[in-house]
Amino acid sequence: MNVVIVGCGRVGGFLAGLLDAEGHRVSVVDIASTSPARAERAWFQHLPASFKGETILGDGTDLEVLRQAGIERADALLSLTEGDNRNLMAAQIAHKIFGVKQVIAKVNDPVRAQTYREMGITTFSRTTILGTLLHAMLQEDREVGEVLMRKALAHEADLIHEPAKAR
Amino acid sequence: MYFVVAGAGEVGFHLSQALLEAGHEVTVIEADRRRANFVQEKLGSIVMNAPADEGRAQMEAGCSRADALIAVTGDDAKNLVICQLAKFRCHTPRVIARVNNPKNEIVFKTLGIDETISSTRVLMNVIEQELPAGGFMPLMSLAGSANELIEAEIAIGTPPAGKTVGSLRLPSGALVGGIIRRGKLMHADEETKLEVGDRVMVFSPTASESEVRKALFG
Repeated sequence: MNVVIVGCGRVGGFLAGLLDAEGHRVSVVDIASTSPARAERAWFQHLPASFKGETILGDGTDLEVLRQAGIERADALLSLTEGDNRNLMAAQIAHKIFGVKQVIAKVNDPVRAQTYREMGITTFSRTTILGTLLHAMLQEDREVGEVLMRKALAHEADLIHEPAKAR
Repeated sequence: MYFVVAGAGEVGFHLSQALLEAGHEVTVIEADRRRANFVQEKLGSIVMNAPADEGRAQMEAGCSRADALIAVTGDDAKNLVICQLAKFRCHTPRVIARVNNPKNEIVFKTLGIDETISSTRVLMNVIEQELPAGGFMPLMSLAGSANELIEAEIAIGTPPAGKTVGSLRLPSGALVGGIIRRGKLMHADEETKLEVGDRVMVFSPTASESEVRKALFG
């Protein structure tokens, strides 16, 4: 699978590492700060050292930057930056302009999340996902919660044994 | 009419002031408390201190009864989402987005926001209007339709020079609305002969812009 990830924070870096280790082709886009040399080290620091995919410095809502990241042959795009609006814009560009089949955007405002879900963009909020998981663990869905938790802890263990990527 | 202005920066502040002076009802939504207070002191209690990209703030501002919403923050992604939320959730009949990066105009249109204002493009058009000959500029998009108004100057050696309007190979849906010849606006019909230096006003589907250019410049 060809995957483009916009936003390489902790979640983006973690997911890019997982998919890359499974043999998928992953490109990661993160915005350049005013000092590109420093920003590159800072922003891609959450990628594991073994990451073999592409890293692109640029604005994930810019068509050219997305083309560089291989959006035209991507099977999925995930937008995971800190900004709900930027995530929604990148996801819509991928879906409506480049015809990417699966797009998922992190949207923390529940109203926006619901509105865009109705428009065909899969959205999730960290708050509801984490809250639901914790609720499941404490309540009747104990098993679901424990399975998820076990998976997460296993991935975490893999990740901790790898030093951060020096790029 | 009732207008909701999202963002009370320089553009939002002056736009709200102008709308008020023209006798309209206005609500400005501004997320920054200090800026909101400042604008409130100047324009009165028409300011709502809230993030305009949140559905709740738009409902409270009365977007569902507004005649139009204008998003004028400095952040393109924010302006896009503000307009989409107003259009699709509050069913505001008219939404207008300020676009800071002119490349985003076409992106916004594809994503359902037809009316965009790019100050970069406006300035470019002004500069290009100073060009001596062979100018071609889309002047504005026409509200509520996928059409635009284009102004073009007939240059020496191009196909239309000396020919009639009827012989122009314009794409379907495009029509010549008039001609400015030596500073005077004149009516144009099929039989009107085009002269070098004529500024031709063409109404055209936005998607056919390049075909119009081809018809006028070969």
